[in-house]
Amino acid sequence: MSTTTLPAPVHKMPREDYLNATYGLRSWLLTTDHKRIALLYLGSVTVFFFIGGLFATMIRIHLLTPTGFLVTPETYNKLFTMHGVAMIFFFLIPSIPAVLGNFLIPLMIGAKDLAFPKLNLLSWYIYLVGGCFVLYSFGTGGLDTGWTFYTPLSSVYSNSAVTPAVIGIFINGFSSILTGLNFIVTIHTMRAPGMTWFRLPLFVWAHYATSLVMVLGTPVIAITLLLVGLERMFHLGFFNPALGGDPILFQHLFWFYSHPAVYIMILPAMGVVSEIIPTFARKPIFGYSFIAGSSIAIAVIGFLVWAHHMFVTGQSTYAALTFSFLSYVVAIPSAVKVFNWTSTLYKGSISWDTPMIYAFGFIGLFLIGGLTGLFLACLGLDIHIHDTYFVVAHFHYIMVGGAVMGYMGGLHFWWPKITGRLYPESLARTAAITLFVGFNLTFFPQFILGYMGMPRRYHTYPPEFQVLNVLSTAGASILALGYLLPMIYFTWSMRYGTVAGQNPWPATGLEWKTASPPPTENFDVTPQVTWEPYDFKDRPDLGLGPGTPLPAPAHGDD
Amino acid sequence: MHRTGELYGHFETLEQQKETAALGMWVFLVTEVLFFGGLFLIYTINRHAFSTAFGAGSNTLDLKLGGGNTVVLILSSLTMAMAVWSAQVGKKQLVSLFLIATLGLGTIFLGVKVIEYKQKFDHHLIPGSSFDIRYHSEHSGPNDDPKEIAAEKEELEKAFAADPDINAHAQLYFSLYFGMTGLHALHMIVGAGLLLWLIKGSFAARYTPQYNTPVEIVGLYWHFVDIVWIYLFPLLYLIDRHQ
Amino acid sequence: MQSQVPLYPEQASNFAPHVDNLMLFITLICLFFAVAVTVAIIIFFFKYHRKKPEDVGVPIHGNMILEAAWMIVPLILAMAMFGWGAVVYVDYRRAPQDTLDIYVIGKQWMWKAQQPNGLKEINELHVPVGKNVRLILASEDVIHDFYVPAFRVKMDVVPGHYNTMWFRPTKSGRFHFFCSQYCGTNHAIMGGWVTVMEPAEYAAWLSGTSGGQGNPVVAGEKLFTEKACATCHVGAGVGRAPSLNGVYGAKVLLADGSTVIADEAYIRESILQPNAKIVAGYQPVMPTFQGQVTEEQILALTAYIKSLQSQPVPATGSGVAPATEKK
Repeated sequence: MSTTTLPAPVHKMPREDYLNATYGLRSWLLTTDHKRIALLYLGSVTVFFFIGGLFATMIRIHLLTPTGFLVTPETYNKLFTMHGVAMIFFFLIPSIPAVLGNFLIPLMIGAKDLAFPKLNLLSWYIYLVGGCFVLYSFGTGGLDTGWTFYTPLSSVYSNSAVTPAVIGIFINGFSSILTGLNFIVTIHTMRAPGMTWFRLPLFVWAHYATSLVMVLGTPVIAITLLLVGLERMFHLGFFNPALGGDPILFQHLFWFYSHPAVYIMILPAMGVVSEIIPTFARKPIFGYSFIAGSSIAIAVIGFLVWAHHMFVTGQSTYAALTFSFLSYVVAIPSAVKVFNWTSTLYKGSISWDTPMIYAFGFIGLFLIGGLTGLFLACLGLDIHIHDTYFVVAHFHYIMVGGAVMGYMGGLHFWWPKITGRLYPESLARTAAITLFVGFNLTFFPQFILGYMGMPRRYHTYPPEFQVLNVLSTAGASILALGYLLPMIYFTWSMRYGTVAGQNPWPATGLEWKTASPPPTENFDVTPQVTWEPYDFKDRPDLGLGPGTPLPAPAHGDD
Repeated sequence: MHRTGELYGHFETLEQQKETAALGMWVFLVTEVLFFGGLFLIYTINRHAFSTAFGAGSNTLDLKLGGGNTVVLILSSLTMAMAVWSAQVGKKQLVSLFLIATLGLGTIFLGVKVIEYKQKFDHHLIPGSSFDIRYHSEHSGPNDDPKEIAAEKEELEKAFAADPDINAHAQLYFSLYFGMTGLHALHMIVGAGLLLWLIKGSFAARYTPQYNTPVEIVGLYWHFVDIVWIYLFPLLYLIDRHQ
Repeated sequence: MQSQVPLYPEQASNFAPHVDNLMLFITLICLFFAVAVTVAIIIFFFKYHRKKPEDVGVPIHGNMILEAAWMIVPLILAMAMFGWGAVVYVDYRRAPQDTLDIYVIGKQWMWKAQQPNGLKEINELHVPVGKNVRLILASEDVIHDFYVPAFRVKMDVVPGHYNTMWFRPTKSGRFHFFCSQYCGTNHAIMGGWVTVMEPAEYAAWLSGTSGGQGNPVVAGEKLFTEKACATCHVGAGVGRAPSLNGVYGAKVLLADGSTVIADEAYIRESILQPNAKIVAGYQPVMPTFQGQVTEEQILALTAYIKSLQSQPVPATGSGVAPATEKK
């Protein structure tokens, strides 16, 4: 390599990477490096995660007794609304795409950056501006409409700070659109020589599908929520029956985005799991093209199922039948993924590293979350369990059990790449198991609560529901511990963790063919891809397999 | 990010850079279609539900100004296309000329829009507490043709008989009118800003047959904004007019 | 309440056993897949645990037969769930003919119910056991949802729309009902009790507490005169507007050639937006009553129109299609 002309100083001075290339606040706030922007996102979504988590903690404490003892009904309603808004729009939707996707997509496809680096930075600033509006709403009167903003409650009857919140979410929508746009274009035009579509990592396929949803769905929610804001400000009547409008129209427009939005959260997590499993089973993923194709199928069919949130609004029976049917169809590609992941384990060489524990956790929780979706898609059953705790449990299994487990697994898997250092393994494994146990204890009782008939969004409930609520709160406290632990050891490892090296696992992706942390332009020389994805057999550079001497340190680019 | 000539550092070739920019604009336009799509859907549903009020709303719009503006905008698309062509064949002075013409036509469009908005304001057609669809027919000015006013009055009476709540429903129409044309005008203003930036570049003779990506993608955007108007004009001005 | 934690609420309506069987069916299928996948993962997890640090797995890229199998088999099972669920749902959405109709109005944060004889209840609902009961739901402000877990039924109560739900109570007793669509501050206390009584008891309860003036039919008749509906809607069908005798529940022929069943939603729409559906042979001359009548007045008018069943349906000229669905 060209850098070998000056061997001596390279060993003394720290190698230049994206973290130490430039210093100072300015160099971070005006950066166009996708890796730095990913870290900016990491910081900001973590803030929202803890804000949302704080609200969740208060909700669970309040529900310890049937009458609720912590807050007033008004405050309780604000807590669950703000919990939903903070978690969905400002944590879950940007979490994996804007942090891990941003960091990894250019590395994985062998590009120097995303297609539009300035747009990438702009989308982070848009996110911040949107976030500020929403925090302003939280701080001045709060928000009590439910994250679903159903009209006419949100547009006419609510006395809380709805307008700044919907403006904030409207603005934040553009952040999501620009991220999606950037990913689609990058994946199309920035791939390194030899990186064909069917050599793309499944993480990239998942993000491609996610980006389609972001680009096609987000504008609709943006305009819809803007109209709610305008209705409040100027007393217009698009969704207000008293002025001739139709509240059901709002629900159609809202769910046209907000159902696919679930796939914005879960598809990237599926992408993460599809990377972790072959790496730690050391074998090619089973049914590559089926996993890739199912991501696209989920994104496409996911746009056609929105009215399954509206089976009891009085919509026509034929519409209900159609949407129920399509909801069952969209379950198939998800099932295909689970079966393929499981089959990948067969005859593998499976290690029990933390990312793998998270991947197993993901499969287990996603399995329950996905299968309970079949209950809700069932028309006859939905009459009973719609808008009960069954729904709450179901979507937390998908969004927290699925998306957040995927996010945590991904953070652990790529932490050595991001920071150049390893986290403490046994502590991390403990945290992963704590999260899994705490999560199930929190949310499994809620399935039963829901079937027993406890409606959601209740600050007080009949005494017969107390036992299950106490179990759920107990679980939540374990869960909270499980989230605090990684915060602590991740921070610790940035300074004191073991130096990871280029490819500690080892894994097959292009991102592991450059230094950890990577240099500013990712690769010293544009890489040429000559191997198939997740192939451990024909990769002597990984130093694995029988007869191979243990890894020679010469990895080329160092 | 370093830059060599017109090539940004993270691209390998100018061709790749151009392809990337064009694809980016196309994806952006797809999101725009869905953005306007939400409004079009709300418009369609309400038009169906309150056809009388929406017809009465259409009647208040000035067909001459709207139709004239349509012609102006189509012409501006032509000059924009000419600007792109001039850049591709390397006629550097023509690029500036056509860009300035496009900007001029766009400005005329926005000016006419201001006149139309002002008229609506004078006629108490801004949604809100002072909204009154009868205001103009009852407070006609000296410039108005008394015959037209009488006809308008008669039509409104019929409309009121069919839909006594027409004031509320016509406000929906005008909310959508201002919402949709306002959003469109906002896109025109952004387009005008982009044109100014292009004109500056064209004075510096930046656009050559080898490198004309900015002209091309702003052209795509400008045509898209025109097409939106081609849909807005019949929906808002023409349907149910004087039925 | 039982002492241990129960897994499902009491079964107190015709729908409850169906919904519970559906639940059991789907649970068993899902349990099978969940257990199969979990067991497979656990076995692989231990059996193929990495022995030496440089070990790699056996490269297996896929298997078309397996892929096809695990797409087709779940799809078939999913279709079974869909089909069974659809049967229950269609039954729920299509009320039988002989129902006892009770009007229920939701407002922030209480429920008002009105029995057929006009008796009004607040946050209480009395129904006879074994009779088909239909609730006609209206909202005065935001969206609510009437939910009776023991009956396994719920339906949104949407302002500006009429929704209906039906059930047949199968068990006497008192059962909780809730508002299950979030509707603002006191959403959680917007509930009450359904009291299911023996038919005789119910009849006694109704007559024992009935209030004659509150009778919606009487109130509707008064409104019908006050609002001058009777000027055009004359009985014999010779006025400017169709006769309303026997119109309720009948198939109405419209000007555009289509037909519509004259149910509550149709009557409501005809009062509020008369020009939406014009009866064949008539001119669109009726003014709208949007904003001039309250939800309760519409209910009263509807009840009155429904009561106009005594006189025979005129053969022609009323807009009632010749082939009536009514018995």
